[in-house]
Amino acid sequence: MAHDLTLFANTRPRRRSAPPALWPYSLAGFLALFSLWFAVAHSGLMPARVLPGPDAVVAAFFRLMREPFAGFTLQQHLLSSAIRFAFGFLIAAAVGVPLGLVMGRFRWVDDIVSPVFEALRFVAPIAWVPFAALWFGTGIGGPILIIFSGAFPPCVINAYRGARLVEPRLIEAAQTLGASQWRIITEILIPGAVPAIIAGLRIGAGLGWQSLIGAELIVVSSGIGYVIVQGQSNLATPIVMAGMVAIGIVGFVIDVLLRTFEHWVRRKWSGA
Amino acid sequence: MAEKPHTRGAGVRRPLLGITSVVGLFLLWYFLTITGVVDPARFPRPSDVWHAAVQLSGPGYAGGTLFWQIWYSSRLVALGFLFAATTGVPLGLLMGVNTRAEAFINPTFLLIRPIPPLAWIPLAILWFGLGDIAKIFVIWFAAFVPALINTYTGVRTVDPTLIAAARVHGASRLQILFEVMVPGALPLVFTGLRLSLQASWTTLVAAELVGAFFGLGRVLIIAAQDIYPGMIAYAMAWVAVLGAAMTAALAVVEKRSMPWRTT
Repeated sequence: MAHDLTLFANTRPRRRSAPPALWPYSLAGFLALFSLWFAVAHSGLMPARVLPGPDAVVAAFFRLMREPFAGFTLQQHLLSSAIRFAFGFLIAAAVGVPLGLVMGRFRWVDDIVSPVFEALRFVAPIAWVPFAALWFGTGIGGPILIIFSGAFPPCVINAYRGARLVEPRLIEAAQTLGASQWRIITEILIPGAVPAIIAGLRIGAGLGWQSLIGAELIVVSSGIGYVIVQGQSNLATPIVMAGMVAIGIVGFVIDVLLRTFEHWVRRKWSGA
Repeated sequence: MAEKPHTRGAGVRRPLLGITSVVGLFLLWYFLTITGVVDPARFPRPSDVWHAAVQLSGPGYAGGTLFWQIWYSSRLVALGFLFAATTGVPLGLLMGVNTRAEAFINPTFLLIRPIPPLAWIPLAILWFGLGDIAKIFVIWFAAFVPALINTYTGVRTVDPTLIAAARVHGASRLQILFEVMVPGALPLVFTGLRLSLQASWTTLVAAELVGAFFGLGRVLIIAAQDIYPGMIAYAMAWVAVLGAAMTAALAVVEKRSMPWRTT
């Protein structure tokens, strides 16, 4: 034992003192990416309509913000995507989380819902696109259905797991003390399941956003996915890439918002 | 969701209720569509799905029979997935082992990661057209990220004690890599590969919906244009079955490659 401890005394600090300045490597990686992109794009090896340089993409991004493309400016497209996302995600959370909790609490509900849920879960969200088109045309219902089918399963699964992780003794104790079913759910089950629920919401939001992009490539006539697919059919690569940048930014912002929410809830719950 | 059994109740009720709910849903579907409560032009009747099944297996639909369409889609998923696994896992290992490589690659990775794989589809079509290469490119993008992240995390979470122990016993760097780090990271590598495979399949279906010559996604979009709900439902069922089958196949590989794990 003592031998092992001295060994760690030798290895650990050496490892810790070794990685002081890694940021030059990160900077080099960042610069390498952009200079390679810039160089290849401007070398004439590839035509500009195949690979525009980063400068052309940035220019296209700002032009999209000023001049309408495919009917609207970039902000308007993003707004219509965001509205669809908000609707689909909120419906998925509002249905999925309670369903998962109830399935976790009552075995008979789990037994009834699980086979159907498990079967439907294997259908990729994007495979709902034909029915979305058939049922809703180009209306807002189609994209909402797709977002819902992307965001719903993580909401259900995580709420279910959260409810199952609650210590059964707590529930039994509450039952012994005469708590009603409603009080058990609101005062034991939900507080216990909150971390898992929030994690599920984050996963669901990511999948919902991805599914929305897929849906917008196919069924709608506005939105950020529509921008890139129109750019593609116009052979306007800078617009496609600028659209992808916008999609990445929004996806990133959604994740940051939910992370902040998660931290806030965690802090509040552990403080209480 | 059969994770751990609920504490109360007997074992017979569970499958019984499950079967009842599936059969009940099927009967509900049958009666709603037969009586015309639900418009058969919007929601298929069981007989419509049956006709679609017969048509797709026999004369074929959207350019081929069921077998051909499945073969076409699965082949692309397999190629894209293998390509992603053989690039993502080694790169994840490299980033896990070498902090400088990690620092160098990370910025590119962080910039690309928030862009969902499906958003690469239009660019892939611009670059490679509607053929196989575009599909493999998009699948690679979708599957590469989970494979890399989980491999990296797997390497990083290997117990440092084990590495130190191997070093004390005189193991070379290569031995430490292949006999301590890789086996230690393997459970997470497989988690990553499972996510990769699911992403591959979803992405391929999406890419085929946007533009393709063959494949199940092509069947789906042609059926949507023909307003053929029976075929849509049948093709969706196959999308689900194949997705489940691929996950199951990977689980078998996972079990074989980690015989020391009992669970």
